[in-house]
Amino acid sequence: MTAIIDYGAGNLTSVKLALQTLGVDALITSDPDRIMAAERIIFPGVGAAGAAMESLRKLGLQEILHTVTSRGTPFLGICLGTQIIFQHSAEDGGVDCLGLLQGQVIRFAPADRRDKVPQMGWNAVSFVREHPVLKGIADGTEFYFVHSYYPVPDDDAAIIGQTGYAGVDFAAVTGRENIAATQFHPEKSGRAGLQLLENFLRWKP
Amino acid sequence: MLTKRIIPCLDIHERRVTKGVRFKNNIDLGDPVEMATRYYEEGCDELVFYDITASSERRPIDLEMVREVARAIRIPFAVGGGITSLDDMSAVLLAGAEKVSINTPAVLNPELIEEGARRFGAQCIVLGMDPVRSDNPACPSGYEITIRGFREYTGIDALEWARRAESMGAGEIVVNSVDADGTRAGFELNITRLIAENTGIPVVASGGAGNPRHLAEVFIKAGADAAIVAGMIHTGEYSIAQIKNELHQAGIPVRRHW
Repeated sequence: MTAIIDYGAGNLTSVKLALQTLGVDALITSDPDRIMAAERIIFPGVGAAGAAMESLRKLGLQEILHTVTSRGTPFLGICLGTQIIFQHSAEDGGVDCLGLLQGQVIRFAPADRRDKVPQMGWNAVSFVREHPVLKGIADGTEFYFVHSYYPVPDDDAAIIGQTGYAGVDFAAVTGRENIAATQFHPEKSGRAGLQLLENFLRWKP
Repeated sequence: MLTKRIIPCLDIHERRVTKGVRFKNNIDLGDPVEMATRYYEEGCDELVFYDITASSERRPIDLEMVREVARAIRIPFAVGGGITSLDDMSAVLLAGAEKVSINTPAVLNPELIEEGARRFGAQCIVLGMDPVRSDNPACPSGYEITIRGFREYTGIDALEWARRAESMGAGEIVVNSVDADGTRAGFELNITRLIAENTGIPVVASGGAGNPRHLAEVFIKAGADAAIVAGMIHTGEYSIAQIKNELHQAGIPVRRHW
């Protein structure tokens, strides 16, 4: 069973619908037991890091996420879900996050005011290294982004794909071992996004 | 590089896609879900649906249609028309839309923008506006906001309204020029540029697209982040791929993989 974690951070309809397109009826849940029992975990989210972390604390999910990821369950972070698996986010005056990946999350600081924040729309992802979740997707394919902050992993080895915006090349796809995380929304990124989700569902890290 | 978005607009009337000039002489163009699916497969970047009579007939938006669209396509889409409350927004977003577009209700009740952005996130809240060229002294930008499908002048300056909406949390602004709407003679570059240069949120140009050159113009000369197309594709005169190829050749970044 694939679990989509519901921690009150945004609308999960499109993630659920995308998986249905792939023939998978995922469970939307915040129940620790069900998350512990899941074969795969999708961790989406939109909104702000502070409220998201607060909500995870209240639901008692912080430890659970550490436990399931450390024992090897395939895990996919999406958008805000990706940001809060790093150690710290600069959002909301600075928030300590889950620390499943080492690094910080910082805000775009464009020098050119035509680069608007948030970045909203389709941008190309250059693949830095091969990864099972990117199988069958062409290098340079565009994905749909909506975000003001982006992750900066401590170790370059955690960078799988990168994207240029507002004067920086940021880590658009990150991960290690059984964790993969996208700053973009695969569930809203057309066929390429579906391919990524399908790859994740088949991934045996 | 962030690409410029091409957004087909589907005006909905009684569950059918319709197109008219200045909201008059509407003609039937087809089924909304079928058309959305076709444009999705042809590579459009996003879609927008306006229920053009929900507001004037004071009836709720057709949520079943929104659900069907959400099942059929895997790209973001916005829904507008007849959204007057937070509950309306919530229903449309839960049905699978990425964004809600509010126009007349935002003018009548600006708090709707603020409350919607706080509850759902600014990225969900699109301000639609229908500016018209005006020599009203209350409108120093030279453009006045109209509401209720161009029928009513408000005395509100278009640029001032755009800035206010941004400060209240709108995530994006659709600038639909009354003067250009339905003419297919090109976008109104001036008001689009004024708003794009004086706000920090994405600006979507709307009204007047007749050929790919018009889109190139509004991206290069007016700094729009996205452009709405309707008649030029609904008639079959241009395909999304043709538009994107021409823009690509003109050096404009567009999404090329789908």
